[in-house]
Amino acid sequence: MQPSIDIRNVSKSYGGGTAPGGLLALDDVSLQVGQGEFLAILGPSGCGKSTLLHVVAGLTPARGEILVQGKKVTGPGLDRGVVFQDYALFPWRTALDNVAFGLEMKKVPRHLRAASAYKYLKMVGLAGFEDRYPAQLSGGMKQRVAIARALAFDPEVLLMDEPFAALDAQTREILQTELLRIWEQTGKTILFVTHAIDEAIYLAQRVVVMTARPGRIKQIVDIDLPWPRVDSDVRSSRPFALLRHRIWELLAGEVEKAQHLASSRDPVPGRSRGGVAADAVAQEVV
Amino acid sequence: MRGLLLRVSVALGLLALWEGLPRIGLVNPNFLPPASEVARTLWKLLVSGELLRHAWVSLDRILLGLAVSILVGVPLGIFMGSWKTFERTLDGPLQAGRQVSAIALFPVFILFFGIGELSKVVIIFWASVWPILLNTTIGVKTVDPVLIRSARSMSARGATLFRKVVLPAAAPAIFTGIRLGAAYAFMVLVAAEMIGANAGLGFLVLNSQEVFKIPEMYAAIVALATFGLGVNKLLYHLERRATVWREAGGT
Repeated sequence: MQPSIDIRNVSKSYGGGTAPGGLLALDDVSLQVGQGEFLAILGPSGCGKSTLLHVVAGLTPARGEILVQGKKVTGPGLDRGVVFQDYALFPWRTALDNVAFGLEMKKVPRHLRAASAYKYLKMVGLAGFEDRYPAQLSGGMKQRVAIARALAFDPEVLLMDEPFAALDAQTREILQTELLRIWEQTGKTILFVTHAIDEAIYLAQRVVVMTARPGRIKQIVDIDLPWPRVDSDVRSSRPFALLRHRIWELLAGEVEKAQHLASSRDPVPGRSRGGVAADAVAQEVV
Repeated sequence: MRGLLLRVSVALGLLALWEGLPRIGLVNPNFLPPASEVARTLWKLLVSGELLRHAWVSLDRILLGLAVSILVGVPLGIFMGSWKTFERTLDGPLQAGRQVSAIALFPVFILFFGIGELSKVVIIFWASVWPILLNTTIGVKTVDPVLIRSARSMSARGATLFRKVVLPAAAPAIFTGIRLGAAYAFMVLVAAEMIGANAGLGFLVLNSQEVFKIPEMYAAIVALATFGLGVNKLLYHLERRATVWREAGGT
């Protein structure tokens, strides 16, 4: 079966690439996301995971090729819905009008927009808040509106860039559960970027662990926890703990490297080029 | 409640001073008539319709000058805000122009446009265009890039992106510029009406002084202040109505 998202040899560099002073953010990343799959990308900050998501969204140009439902990505498009960490709601629009934005872009006739937008506000549990402005909503509610907005124009895939990172712990858990419910309800393919191990394990079917800069795929971990995860306390189960430990070990060295990179602020010396097999451990020179 | 009480008593106290000082002769009542006499004169001018006639002439000039300022300042500001090269090229001359006081230029305007209406509208334009231009430029320039990215992710671009995101995001700054522009317009209006005018509130102030109708002069000054306050309030309410989402706090 054709993958929903097909990322082929994507590299991204800022400021001159391999030239001295340039910065390689993504190094030859290849990845397939299946139809209706929930895939999480996990990595230390600055590993390029958000960059990868922006490349898939068509917001950032990069080398390589990306196909969404077999169609080459050449820029932003309504076949992909993006949810950002900082909500990015339009403050002058009510919740309902925010959700309707993509419908306007899709040229849905005016009289159909409100009903459609309302349907998705209801799906994220915000029926009755249609006329509120973003300034009148809590962080969790804002992110619900943003999710409804990304779903309303019925994209093929949902791209989520650390959507719950700015929320408090309780709101985050509630929204994670809500997201799983919405995923089951809509059957969308979801590409979910996060730096939280628990979040990635709880939500995803597969977790892609990335290396520190330049971002490469270090390993892809299958999350074979039972479904549905919503009703059981899966987070405190033994298999969850084992997965958590395994991923933590994969990630620990990379986090250290990322911090080292952040403090030195120099481009990485002696980086090895060439394809990195998806499940091979990348050899990094610190 | 207590704050209101304090404010009202301060205002009443000042009025009492204005009434009392000329009456007991501490201030020459020929130069500063008591408040009650000024109020009586104000009422007389209002009933006779003379005050409204002058106010109308002034309002006409302000609206015309301000309208031209908006028509020039907003589009130019949008251009400068969205096009860096354009802004950098024009920055020097505009910064210099901004520093030249409208009053200082009045003789120049009279030289070019004569002593009639045109030079008065031009001086009001000159005073009010700067805050409108500057605020529009800053408003357009400082639109949150997160919002632009969000709209772009939903395939908005070009004119649509501008109309649906940049303009509404910059609207509060543009409104503030217009309100500031109106306040500046009032300040230069009086000066403009003191030269070569035969109507207007500024003319009424100067003319009353020249013919030594001192209560009329004060009445005109009070009317001018009230008038300016009224226009500012009106613009403020229009601004709030248009940007109701900003007030919508309380979470």
